[in-house]
Amino acid sequence: MSTRLATGGRLTDRTKQMKFRFNGQQMRGVEGDTLASALLANGQLMMGRSFKYHRPRGPVASGSEEPNALVNLGQGARFEPNQRATTTELFDGLVAASQNHWPSLQFDVGAINTHLSRFLPAGFYYKMFIHPRPLWKHVYEPFIRRSAGLGAAPDAETVDADTYEHFYTFTDVLVLGGGVAGLQAALTAARSGAQVLLLEQNAHWGGRTPVDGGEIDGKPAEQWIKDTVQALEAMGNVTLRSRTMGAGVYDHGYVLGYERLTDHAPETPGPRHRLWRIRAQQIVTATGAIERPLSFAGNDVPGVLLASAIRDYVVNYGVSIGDRTVVVTNNDDAYRTAICLHGHGLNVPVIIDARMQGGGALMAQAEALGIRVLKGKAIAKVKGTRKVTAVEICDQAGEGAVLETIPCDAVAMSGGWSPVVHLWSHCGGKLSWDEGNAFFRPDLSRAPTSHDGAPFVIPAGSANGYIQLKDTLADATTAGSSAATAAGHQPKVGTLPQVAPREEAAMLPVWLMPQGANVKLRSKAWLDFQNDVKVSDIQLAAQEGYESVEHAKRYTTLGMATDQGKLSNINGLATLSAALGEAIPSVGTTTFRPPYTPISMGSIAGQARGDIFQPVRETPLHGWHEAHGVHWEPVGQWRRPYSFVQQDETVEQSVNREVKAARDSLGLLDASTLGKIVVKGPDAGKFLDMLYTNMMSTLPVGKCRYGLMCNENGFLMDDGVVARMSDDTWLCHTTTGGAERIHAHMEEWLQTEWWDWQVYCANVTEQYAQIAVVGPNARKLLEKLGGMDVSRETLPFMQWAAGTLGGFPVRIFRISFSGELSYEIAVPASQGLALWERLHAEGAEWNATPYGTEALHILRAEKGFIMIGDETDGTVIPQDLGLGWAISKKKADYIGKRAQARSHMTDPTRWQLVGLETVDGSVLPDGALAVASGTNANGQRHTQGRVTSTYHSPTLNRGIAMGLVLNGPDRMGEVLEFTKLDGTTIPTKIVNAVFLDPEGEKQNV
Amino acid sequence: MKRYSAFAIAREALRHHTGWERAWRKATPKKKYDVVIVGAGGHGLATAYYLGKNHGIKNVAILEKGWLGGGNTGRNTTIIRSNYLQDPSAAIYEKARSLYETMSQDLNYNVMFSPRGVMMLAQTHHEVRGYERTAHANSLQGVETQFIGPEKVKELCPIIRLDGPRYPVLGALYQPRGGTARHDAVAWGYARACSDMGMDIIQQCEVTAVRSDAGKVRGVTTTMGDIDCDKLAIVVAGNSGVLADMAGFRLPIESVALQALVSEPIKPAMDVVIMANTVHGYMSQSDKGEMVIGGGTDGYNNYTQRGSFHHVEETVRALIETFPMLSRLKMLRQWGGIVDITGDRSPIISKTPLGGCFINCGWGTGGFKAIPGSGWATAEMIAQGAPGPLASAFGLERFREGRFIDESVAAGVAH
Repeated sequence: MSTRLATGGRLTDRTKQMKFRFNGQQMRGVEGDTLASALLANGQLMMGRSFKYHRPRGPVASGSEEPNALVNLGQGARFEPNQRATTTELFDGLVAASQNHWPSLQFDVGAINTHLSRFLPAGFYYKMFIHPRPLWKHVYEPFIRRSAGLGAAPDAETVDADTYEHFYTFTDVLVLGGGVAGLQAALTAARSGAQVLLLEQNAHWGGRTPVDGGEIDGKPAEQWIKDTVQALEAMGNVTLRSRTMGAGVYDHGYVLGYERLTDHAPETPGPRHRLWRIRAQQIVTATGAIERPLSFAGNDVPGVLLASAIRDYVVNYGVSIGDRTVVVTNNDDAYRTAICLHGHGLNVPVIIDARMQGGGALMAQAEALGIRVLKGKAIAKVKGTRKVTAVEICDQAGEGAVLETIPCDAVAMSGGWSPVVHLWSHCGGKLSWDEGNAFFRPDLSRAPTSHDGAPFVIPAGSANGYIQLKDTLADATTAGSSAATAAGHQPKVGTLPQVAPREEAAMLPVWLMPQGANVKLRSKAWLDFQNDVKVSDIQLAAQEGYESVEHAKRYTTLGMATDQGKLSNINGLATLSAALGEAIPSVGTTTFRPPYTPISMGSIAGQARGDIFQPVRETPLHGWHEAHGVHWEPVGQWRRPYSFVQQDETVEQSVNREVKAARDSLGLLDASTLGKIVVKGPDAGKFLDMLYTNMMSTLPVGKCRYGLMCNENGFLMDDGVVARMSDDTWLCHTTTGGAERIHAHMEEWLQTEWWDWQVYCANVTEQYAQIAVVGPNARKLLEKLGGMDVSRETLPFMQWAAGTLGGFPVRIFRISFSGELSYEIAVPASQGLALWERLHAEGAEWNATPYGTEALHILRAEKGFIMIGDETDGTVIPQDLGLGWAISKKKADYIGKRAQARSHMTDPTRWQLVGLETVDGSVLPDGALAVASGTNANGQRHTQGRVTSTYHSPTLNRGIAMGLVLNGPDRMGEVLEFTKLDGTTIPTKIVNAVFLDPEGEKQNV
Repeated sequence: MKRYSAFAIAREALRHHTGWERAWRKATPKKKYDVVIVGAGGHGLATAYYLGKNHGIKNVAILEKGWLGGGNTGRNTTIIRSNYLQDPSAAIYEKARSLYETMSQDLNYNVMFSPRGVMMLAQTHHEVRGYERTAHANSLQGVETQFIGPEKVKELCPIIRLDGPRYPVLGALYQPRGGTARHDAVAWGYARACSDMGMDIIQQCEVTAVRSDAGKVRGVTTTMGDIDCDKLAIVVAGNSGVLADMAGFRLPIESVALQALVSEPIKPAMDVVIMANTVHGYMSQSDKGEMVIGGGTDGYNNYTQRGSFHHVEETVRALIETFPMLSRLKMLRQWGGIVDITGDRSPIISKTPLGGCFINCGWGTGGFKAIPGSGWATAEMIAQGAPGPLASAFGLERFREGRFIDESVAAGVAH
């Protein structure tokens, strides 16, 4: 049984007791524990169930590579599924529950799968559930979905109680990993004067060296670590962050760091996670190495752990997995676990070494302690279901004939080590196979390269394949020095940390234990503990032709669990290569993708949540609207008034009232959101002639012209009134949604095609408030304010004037989007509200009525004016809309001209703009299509037109619509059938699109 | 071919699965084939399958430079729908969707087509009008869709928040028979069926040149030597421009990386597919329990197939606003796939300037859902020498004529 030892635990403080709950049961731990170590201390070895067979699972590792010990952590608005117990720091009051079982961890109905496992091999679901067809969706799949998944889904209605933030930084040298290699690399780089940022995923520095022991520079490794951290902290050019993981390496030295600020102390104010977005000139990956499991039958039984993990639990937390631990290994390192356990008074009945000749100095040391060592032997099988009870021993070279059974309650396994090459590989770093150590290590000749073709990632220490402490530190020194040099600094010549060499015997690659294990053993030998992928599954994949490592992975789900194959990938692909009879390097690895371990979605979103998810743009009049019954409509990032609803009025009634007020007397519109782009320069006229279909260079100063803008495919993309401000300056109005897009469009042409033209564009949309004064009494109101002559003679239609109106510095544009007498008054944004209030107050005698976007739409539709986004959709050319008059015939070219000459654009059967009136006066549905007889070759009904805008006109008291219809202008009076979504149709007459005042008399008064 | 069934599994279980045969034969190239298809992704394999099944052309090789199904077929978000606006798109995607319905039975390989329903959220008034327009079009195209209100959206997807501060959910275009399928299985199922018909699937075989004579294709040169053919089909999303260059013509496409990610697996929380185009994100939950999330395309051309971060940030941010529970999940893995984008965001299924050479490309961000329909139409074109009704609108000549099939019309973004 796992328990807390009488002494030990270098990371814990036993004087500080902590309470926590697991599956409803009160437990105790101590400060410095992880949830996993605390559970083990309470005798709770079993922590979860596996994904597919629902097998009992205890921890197999002690760090972020852990695949098994995942829990539902926290409650309510702080609940989080799939939290790794091995990296969850214990805090007082922690609440956790195990996952993926029903009804309980101890008794799980889903565990029946383990008894059926013979019928559920890799890929079984591709071969069954095929008939009868409807059962997949309604029976099989729901069942599979319920038994799959891992943690519980967070509550849908609960909003995350935590906050998150992003942090941006630059550095010369970024060191990922704060083990001895990372510390040494950082120190070396920092001594050159380079800016250094050092990130460590855990709360502690030094990695696993303090557990493994050894001396550096004549002092215990732990002391060297302490001294080095202190030295780094004292340097002004170094930043250290623990609990911060290098999550991903992207192009050009862009790195994500994932800092866990309050996971270990949830009551602390401030953000929970901080996502570091780092630009580094050079990146040193000092990410260490991970021990590999061995593949023998029953290697997934709770109590079988990595040898290094068992050592970690004893040394770091003073926790033992069992009283009698069998060690099984193919290398020398696991002897350290045996020696460590022995030193803590724990029994090691035997060390099973697969190597015929055994190990080196460490073996001698273990034997000297009286520990039995068996050479050339293997585990045939681990006995036990929920915990280890014994191991059966056999010859490694044999087929599993049992030589001896040894009772025990824990197994420490070591299949060798694999450098953590993930961050090296994220951005294209390649690997080479190291035959002697049987691992992939970074291929320094194929490093990730930056924009200039130079490498920007340097691996260091065991992450670079140097497992021995002496080599690790030497390599880290080189890496730190190279990084500083590459970042433009001059490294100081220093002395290497002195480490006594240790004699270790070579490891022996062991991919299956025993070598000739029969199929029964192979189907109990796990590769991927979480996803339940066994040696036999990979062999089946190979047998069935899923030979590529990617096929085998996807067919068996090897390495697709939440640990992303940190423990399983190398063993899996070695198994695959053996099955295929190919060398491991020729089989290759699957792709390493960010993040290194999963990172919270909350941290990815950062601060931008809720009200600040995206900024809401407000006009200077926003507050006034808010106070006057506004019904908002989101338009792009703006909020615009849809209408202003008065007491005892529906939204529809408010719209009708607003339309009538503008038609009959006086309306006021906040037009501030309309795009305003100043185009200035000696070549501005030439530029605008290319941009618009109209001629703008000839527009006299003081005049306005309605212009159309097309894209290079000839399609209408925006419209608006252009005013000439001076000899070299034009002001282009765009649609509300188009301002940024059109500005970018202008810049793109100027920067990529006409970079030699002298033109400057500035988007001044937010610099001005713009108010439209609309209706028969508009002129009277302006005259009442006084200061400018706004008469028909002085300021006729389509002219503008600057001056002082009622004390306000204004530009008045006499333009109309309603068909009424209309002035648009632009004023500096800061004075917008004052002008609006003044107009509203002074206009009271004419019932000055603020109106919103819906009234704006109706007013324009009654006049047959098109609206970008309604009449246009990216497939419509001006010619379709009867706007041929706005296309200059004199110009040699404009953007879209050539495209509009293509055969389909000049096709006389293109649908044309017309007005539409239902026979019964009702309002046509949006997007309705006019049906034609017959079907096309694909069986689709023929159509002959569609509705583009449709409204109830309060002025005419009937439905009016605009639409594009085949040969429409030639078919006036004809009645077509338009679709309704209930399957019926509406008879609708083709009419002139100008429903009101066809001569335009009202706007010209 | 030994058929797959529950019975077969039981039989094999008794002999420890030693009797399963290869899903597809390991083939070495013959000197000549009637048809050579470059690219053993979903589209290439489906093309081969329907060449054999519908047209009796079985002397076919499918050449793959990597591993079959390893391009975009193996790296998409597996969404299947056909609620397109324009007639040609609706026709081919609905053909594809209807073939997905029976694909598991046709191929005797469970591709796990799951018609769980697809909802495209309308989050602005403009989007509401756009989707209503699509619903009208679908009603005449034989595509079963409906425009549903917010209450129905919430009923179908309880984890959604309707009244987010920025973009409230105003409704959705809902296709009940849209859904998802297991992407790898689609490629594997087709490969198995093609191999069973005697076709050669040749992996790790890269085409290095296209050989022609007097304007007519003669064959290809590969890393495994020369292979002759009467007809050649280029079906290599992400590399189309490269192959077209070998065949001596240019394509109106740009290749960019499309970003996607998955969360860690959780118990079932969402039984529909949601697409939110205003905020650029789509999401479904896989049978394994992961939230499968798609984002946007990078703003620059490249071939790296790597994940980048800024689209992931935008997408996750937007989806948390729509599904607040997502904030407490973790991103497990992100990746990128290279998509060929045409000027009108619609695919190219076309004859080419080189006689006997056909091309299928340009599926942009929406290729997976089209696989069976695309294969059907491409096979028909190869067999008959000219496109049939499903493919005829997708010819290369449309760019010269301005006859675009623009689907961004309703949604405002790619599909």
